[in-house]
Amino acid sequence: MASWKGRDILSIRDLSRGDIELVLKAARRMAPIAEGEKSSKSLEGKILATLFFEPSTRTRLSFESAMIRLGGGVLGFSNVEGTSVQKGETLADTVRMVEGYADVIVLRHPHEGAARLAAEFTERPVINAGDGAGQHPTQTLQDLYTIWDERGKIEGLNIALVGDLKYGRTVHSIATALAGFGASLTLVSPPGLEMPWEIVEEVKATGTPVSTTHRLEDVVPTADVLYVTRIQKERFPDPQEYQKVAGSYRVDLPLLREAKKDMIVLHPLPRVTEIDPAVDRTPHAKYFRQAFNAVPVRMALLEMVLGVG
Amino acid sequence: MIDHIPAGMALKVLKILGIDEAVSSTVTVAMHVPSKAMSWKDIVKVEDRELSPREVDKIALIAPKASVNVIRNYNVAEKHVVRLPDRAVGILRCGNPNCITNLREPVETDFFVKPGEPPRAACRYCDRVVEDIPAAIV
Repeated sequence: MASWKGRDILSIRDLSRGDIELVLKAARRMAPIAEGEKSSKSLEGKILATLFFEPSTRTRLSFESAMIRLGGGVLGFSNVEGTSVQKGETLADTVRMVEGYADVIVLRHPHEGAARLAAEFTERPVINAGDGAGQHPTQTLQDLYTIWDERGKIEGLNIALVGDLKYGRTVHSIATALAGFGASLTLVSPPGLEMPWEIVEEVKATGTPVSTTHRLEDVVPTADVLYVTRIQKERFPDPQEYQKVAGSYRVDLPLLREAKKDMIVLHPLPRVTEIDPAVDRTPHAKYFRQAFNAVPVRMALLEMVLGVG
Repeated sequence: MIDHIPAGMALKVLKILGIDEAVSSTVTVAMHVPSKAMSWKDIVKVEDRELSPREVDKIALIAPKASVNVIRNYNVAEKHVVRLPDRAVGILRCGNPNCITNLREPVETDFFVKPGEPPRAACRYCDRVVEDIPAAIV
């Protein structure tokens, strides 16, 4: 297992199952601090730089909350307006400048590979908070943590990934990560929005059972986890076709009648119409808990890459 | 002399070697030549010219079975079979327009190369697999 101090978190593929389990256990210890029930000063005197070359309020605020909950300080920008980037500064130079001001860097960037490039130009640990259509490893860790925390395990669970599996970044990452944990995957998507074959092949190569279907109602009775994602309107040239598809992938109370009692529904949020708000009141709904879990997971990572705890 | 080039790739090899109208030595190109091992092959012969390691890596990507023969006094003095590199640094362009390496950043492109027919190359930065390696060579 690689040493954590100074480690970059760039892609979920860089983390072994052992690495991920360590993060999940550390995140559980952080939960009472993230809830405000306990306090910590473990990162007092440390500074986090949040470099957000494109806006992502949820990701930025959860990182900032994580750092502040541990007694650290935060600086950064939430979009490039008014920064040297607008004057044409390279990412490499921005990172070299920031490393003089902070102990750890969180980067959100519209171009794929940006976090890996940034990490090559600084000694400070870099955490990828999303690079274009590429990687967003802390989102995947937060999803894995929610499943593990709610269900007590990941191995052996039947996990259905639902929605736009072709373009959805989060589902690609979580499918790869779940494959290493011995879960079974069911891929549920409208025709034309299936998971790319190379990812399916990669998952199958680990021995993970994978089944595919276009019908959501078929998988609900046997699923332990429904991981629902948004189907984007712009993927459909015909608005009527979109309405039809969106309607058939809607999780609502009648659909959940067939579900196991302890089945959980997750969603990376924001949702539009794919989960009926009436589902929020059922014990199945765990997507707001999943959103909260961003904080303990990011707290755990910040402590680990700064060599504290 | 570069032998065992897949048929049709000789002009790509000339491009890699930077051979144009300004070349000062003799260049001989044979295309679609019968071959025992490959059925058909191309051959490129350039006089008074040595290949740089980067040129050899580029040739290996489009002609993994090519052999480079150094001819002195009408005899083959040295014979090397090209070796497919594990990494292709600074010799391929990433086809993903949204890849950070296509921006004005001070880095060379970097690809993981896997053997095969044809070989596969995946960008170390954005994971994109190169669809057409000959077209991606810079």
